[in-house]
Amino acid sequence: MALFQLSRRDALILALFALVVVTMPVWTAPFGANYPGLMQKFAIYAIFAIGFNILFGLTGYLSFGHAAFLGVGSYTAVWSFKLLTMDALPALLLAVVISGLFALVIGFLSLRRSGIYFSILTLAFAQMSYNLAYSVLTPITNGETSLQLTLQDPRLIDLAFTTRGAGLPTASLFGVTLSGLSGFYFCAVVLLIAFFFAQKVFASPFGMMLRGIKSNQMRMSYTGFNTRPYALTAFVISGMYAGLAGALLAVTDPLAGAERMQWTASGEVVLMTILGGVGTLIGPVMGAWLIKYFENIFSSFNEGILSRFFDFIPAPLHDTVVAIASKFVGEGWQLTLGLLFVLVVVFLPGGIMEGVRRIGALFRRGNPPKAGAMRVQPAE
Amino acid sequence: MDAILAQLLNGLDKGGAYALIALGLTLVFGTLGVVNFAHGALFMLGAFCAVTFRYLITLETVTVDPTQTTAWGTALEVRTPLAQTWFGDWGAVLIDWSVPLSILLAIPVMLVIGIVMERGLIKHFYKRPHAEQILVTFGLAIVLQEIVKAIFGPNPISQAMPTALRGAADVGALIGLAPGALTYPLWRLVYFLFSAGVIAAVFGFLRFTTFGMVVRAGMADRETVGLLGINIDRRFTIMFGLAAVVAGLAGVMYTPLLPPNYHQGMDFLVLSFVVVVVGGMGSLPGAVAAGFLLGILQSFASMNQIKSILPGIDQIIIYLTAVVILLVRPRGLFGRRGMMEN
Amino acid sequence: MTTTERNVVLHVDDVSKNFGGLHALSDIDLEVEEGQTHAIIGPNGAGKSTLLNVIIGRLAPTSGAVVFDGQVLTGKKPHQINQLGVARVFQTPEIFPDLTVLQNVMVPAFARRDGAFRVNVLRSVEREAALRDEAEAILEDVGLADRRLSHAGALSRGDKRRMELAMCLIQHPRLLLLDEPTAGMSRHDTNTTIDLLQKIKARGMTKVIIEHDMHVVFSLADKISVLSGGRIIAEGLPDEVRGNIKVQEAYLGGAHRLEAVH
Repeated sequence: MALFQLSRRDALILALFALVVVTMPVWTAPFGANYPGLMQKFAIYAIFAIGFNILFGLTGYLSFGHAAFLGVGSYTAVWSFKLLTMDALPALLLAVVISGLFALVIGFLSLRRSGIYFSILTLAFAQMSYNLAYSVLTPITNGETSLQLTLQDPRLIDLAFTTRGAGLPTASLFGVTLSGLSGFYFCAVVLLIAFFFAQKVFASPFGMMLRGIKSNQMRMSYTGFNTRPYALTAFVISGMYAGLAGALLAVTDPLAGAERMQWTASGEVVLMTILGGVGTLIGPVMGAWLIKYFENIFSSFNEGILSRFFDFIPAPLHDTVVAIASKFVGEGWQLTLGLLFVLVVVFLPGGIMEGVRRIGALFRRGNPPKAGAMRVQPAE
Repeated sequence: MDAILAQLLNGLDKGGAYALIALGLTLVFGTLGVVNFAHGALFMLGAFCAVTFRYLITLETVTVDPTQTTAWGTALEVRTPLAQTWFGDWGAVLIDWSVPLSILLAIPVMLVIGIVMERGLIKHFYKRPHAEQILVTFGLAIVLQEIVKAIFGPNPISQAMPTALRGAADVGALIGLAPGALTYPLWRLVYFLFSAGVIAAVFGFLRFTTFGMVVRAGMADRETVGLLGINIDRRFTIMFGLAAVVAGLAGVMYTPLLPPNYHQGMDFLVLSFVVVVVGGMGSLPGAVAAGFLLGILQSFASMNQIKSILPGIDQIIIYLTAVVILLVRPRGLFGRRGMMEN
Repeated sequence: MTTTERNVVLHVDDVSKNFGGLHALSDIDLEVEEGQTHAIIGPNGAGKSTLLNVIIGRLAPTSGAVVFDGQVLTGKKPHQINQLGVARVFQTPEIFPDLTVLQNVMVPAFARRDGAFRVNVLRSVEREAALRDEAEAILEDVGLADRRLSHAGALSRGDKRRMELAMCLIQHPRLLLLDEPTAGMSRHDTNTTIDLLQKIKARGMTKVIIEHDMHVVFSLADKISVLSGGRIIAEGLPDEVRGNIKVQEAYLGGAHRLEAVH
């Protein structure tokens, strides 16, 4: 069936990617990142970034409001848990549908403009959603206290078959509880499906049209394409990815708060994508992992850990080094993140994937590229 | 009527802050073509210039006076601000007026920060895609705010306004209303007048000086001006410094209204970008007009009468206005065609 | 209408275009017959490109209408006009600089096959062998076959023009608009392009061509309209136009170029 076909190269990439994702608990261990909560985030934010890249990387529209769809996905999933069942599949499905509809409306309006005007429109819609979620929409969002499960939730489908348990239930898949490692593997499988679909989009005529829009939208219209529905489709697809990611956040932790929709969260996915490599398949995944790693691991370092880490440095210097290094971890982890952005953009404008390509070229040709060689700039 | 006037006035100071930040953003974008996400951080740095200035002039000498004892029987520590030791009573005045006086510190400091930023980092990004400009300046903004957090701590540091400006002005009496019918905090009035003054100074500078004319010509057509043998780059560097000063001054004077904290730059940045885009990318009058427009609208939307009709409107008014304006006027209020549309 | 045999496919009907107070085009009437190559010549600023922009829907005329094959083009969107069978080569090549040469030519092929909008994610581009073969054949025609995997943005200006021509040809348009297709090309490339255009003329494709190079014009045109100051000042067969005094006057500085061809 055409639906499941991939080129040999893509199939190989998918197989390798699956291997990397499935063995995550093993290879993250040396970095101290092998606990389920963080690995779940790795998988979830990778989905968010992959979807965002379909809009930004392929189509060239920089949305600054995609966190809104993440939030809508989370709220929908939690409501599905509260009203229907703790099973994860209906929650994911509903979240994808609702966030898709939401994206259809916002995209329809925002895509009437391009460039920074589009970016600001998406930002404005997301900020409105965020602010309303805190105020007027409290009956749906539960405002500042966040939407959460309660002991009185109707859960119509579940309770038709079983009786109410004593404590709060957890999300499940066909009766199997999704928490800890099982939660991670569930997210991992969803990530692989999401990655596969992105591969299909990248390789398809539809993906080529999106690239055409990014490259020269005017030429696309004079070539006979109605570009707006193409861009809108890309917008809705990426909104659905965000909704899916939001729903998975709710599956692993059945709680949905408005801060998930704030512009900082939208900015984060932009950074993940650019850091990893815009328009590449793997790049956004790498960007997401790196940023989530920094956020969770670097912020938990303290002087004690640093002191042990720098044990090899002789005593007089030791305290100074630890004192300086401590500014970059713990509370100061964002300083490291900021520096990282600056360094990557200055030295690796194509993101991590460009670094990988350069190293690859190094091995193939055997001679290093000229130091300080600037990338050829496309004329503007 | 009074209520409407009061809200109009309330919007002016916030509008002034938006306008000043948006003006700097537009200057940088118009001259250098750079989307500067670190501009909010400059506003924040300005605010911390005021904090630093106050810290410096309130440095104290502590002398122990053995002749007097405290209730606990220890020697009394007499704290004398250095400023008072040096300048006598004038020292106390200096401390009282520390916020407006910090402008003297902020101007050179912000100018240097701006020029260093431009020469050290931004200039390498003139020809880069906007996405990369956004990322690098965003990274810079994070670095700046983390440095400020490391030095000044995470909590807001409130700044007192001069005692003489603490009261409220009876604006109503000036226009013939009953005394006390319409009062307005003096400092907000000062802030509005200050921002209007700075805006007028920037426009005057651009319009009436040769330097300004060259810069304006460069904004319109950089290549031609370059061909005339004028070193436009150096002027643009100075413009970046000027934009930093404008943002910094906006930050200094805002400190009594909002105790400075390290992340306030980001909060203002997002709103300022909305302001710039609503005004029309690259249009200086647009930035100013949109700044005041949105400030005033926000103040009206927070009136109880309006909130009872449209619940939550105060939360979204700025964004809602932005959406409506952008959908009706594709390039904002004063935008030029083709600017940042691809 | 002098004859009934003529099959007018493009009809520019009393078109005027003002920019503020400037009359870029005044009362332009133009009839292009099926299968013919109709050249529009004239000095710089005569309104040639404006006329082309009005035909293709990039500019709306102040008054008048453009009718193609019984359909009013005025007011239609560019993609709708293209889907009716009108393709255009721009004065500065409009291509997809981030795609490969082959992809540049395949994209228009999809527009022809799948229409203005179709979400097709099932079959990968790789499996579209028929379209790829067709694109490669056309690249062979324009002499870019060996560059088909290059980045289009890295091509020379002349190569970009030829690729843009290929992008139009793969759509088998019924009407092809060419805005100075040989500007900036070497003499050799110009001659190759003339050969190519003569070859597609044999296929019966209608063309409107704007050109400065009289060598190109007289090699290709069946009919010539001369535009000056936004008006058509002369129209006729190439030989009639060549001898027209008014045309010589309109060109003034450019007159030597006309003579050079004699």
